[in-house]
Amino acid sequence: MSDVKFSEDHEWIRVEGDVGTIGITVFAQQQLGDVVYVEVPEVGTSVEKGGEVAVVESVKAASELFAPIDGEVVESNSGLADDPAAVNSDPEGEGWFFKVKISDAGQLDDLMDEAAYKAFVESQS
Amino acid sequence: MTDQDSQNKKTALYALHLELGGKMVPFAGYMLPVQYADAGIMLEHQRARESAALFDVSHMGQVRITGADRVAALEALVPADVENLAVGRTRYSFFTNETGGILDDLMITQAEDSLILVINAACKDADIAHLRANLEGDVKLEVLENLSLLALQGPKSAAVLGQWAPEATTMPFMSTRDFVIAGIDCRVSRSGYSGEDGYEIAMESDQAVDLARALLEHDAVSASGLGARDSLRLEAGLCLYGHDIDTTTTPVEAGLTWAMQKRRRTEGGFPGAAVIQKQLADGASRRLVGLKPEGRAPCREGTELTDDSGRVIGRITSGGFGPTAGGPVAMGYLETAFASAGTNVQAVVRGKPRPCEVVKMPFVAHNFYRG
Repeated sequence: MSDVKFSEDHEWIRVEGDVGTIGITVFAQQQLGDVVYVEVPEVGTSVEKGGEVAVVESVKAASELFAPIDGEVVESNSGLADDPAAVNSDPEGEGWFFKVKISDAGQLDDLMDEAAYKAFVESQS
Repeated sequence: MTDQDSQNKKTALYALHLELGGKMVPFAGYMLPVQYADAGIMLEHQRARESAALFDVSHMGQVRITGADRVAALEALVPADVENLAVGRTRYSFFTNETGGILDDLMITQAEDSLILVINAACKDADIAHLRANLEGDVKLEVLENLSLLALQGPKSAAVLGQWAPEATTMPFMSTRDFVIAGIDCRVSRSGYSGEDGYEIAMESDQAVDLARALLEHDAVSASGLGARDSLRLEAGLCLYGHDIDTTTTPVEAGLTWAMQKRRRTEGGFPGAAVIQKQLADGASRRLVGLKPEGRAPCREGTELTDDSGRVIGRITSGGFGPTAGGPVAMGYLETAFASAGTNVQAVVRGKPRPCEVVKMPFVAHNFYRG
């Protein structure tokens, strides 16, 4: 799991080569509740660290997902359109949002590893 | 103790909510469960549609009006026919203002010797001040602060209460009676805010936990929070005060003409009667409608509605995902020319117009007890 990093906005990014797969954490989906709709970015979209890049909606409310890193979207999880509940049932697997070609790998150093993220979540509750 | 806890009141069931895993949020000055840890809004909603769900609605205000002039005094503030409301019957109404707007919506019950009102938590203080300032004649107002209120909603509610009070199973929709439930004196109304059969049960607050536990002991009953309460009422096409109706919306615009009985519509004699009577005769310039967005994206409160040219013709006042409807549902105001069922309009979500169809409400058929 050493190639997975976490942001303070409760996203994870799994890095394989120069491509990062991005989704929301178990903690984030618990906070959201039942996810009923997800809007993922189109392939080719340029994303900027901290910029709004996707939308995740629960029964109650809409929330934005912020890009944890700069890059270009190379794949989106189209399966979430029909099965948004995958974000609840398997947030760090089937419930991934999109993949980016990372343009500045140095930004990964600003993100947390699993132990640091765990401590961060505990400090939040 | 967090700031939220200290600034907001707790209902008698607060500790029970925590014990049940309630995720507590501030709502209208009270800490209440939005959902419960092991369930969630979807499941808590489905249980109310399929079985029976218990809601703590103790934040709502309960007041009693006594005195010989009570009926006339209340009729001066609401457009409901209170005079012809039989003893033991309950009626939905609203306090209107001089411009025909709605100050709050409420339930009125005709008791033997008094009128009992149930009012919204957020409007409670203003309503009580309004009543105290404007109730005329030989009338006394008593705020029933020692009472709690539980709502048991869903098709199995009658069977649950029937264990203790067989006659509760055949009492008419929108009627109110006293029963002893699980050894506790209760005032029981066959009413609710979910579109399902069900009851609203008032009891002394020091017995509320015992009653809630007795109800929850039944296999069919589980606790539901504010989240499910909102999705249930939205699917049922029921207005939420402060969102779908407020001081700027009239009962005619809101489609609540049915709640103004003929004698009152004709005779007037309530605040804003002239405005409302004029709208009844000539029509209103906008109407509250049901909206079914195409696709799966929910359209939320505040979303602008436009015609095909992009002109703004209205706004969504409540919107979200309907768990039973299986998709997004919304209600909002539209210019009257666009308010007929079958009309297509656009909802502008995150800058993108999304097609919505005007539909008749409710989104999910009501399942009230009809004897």
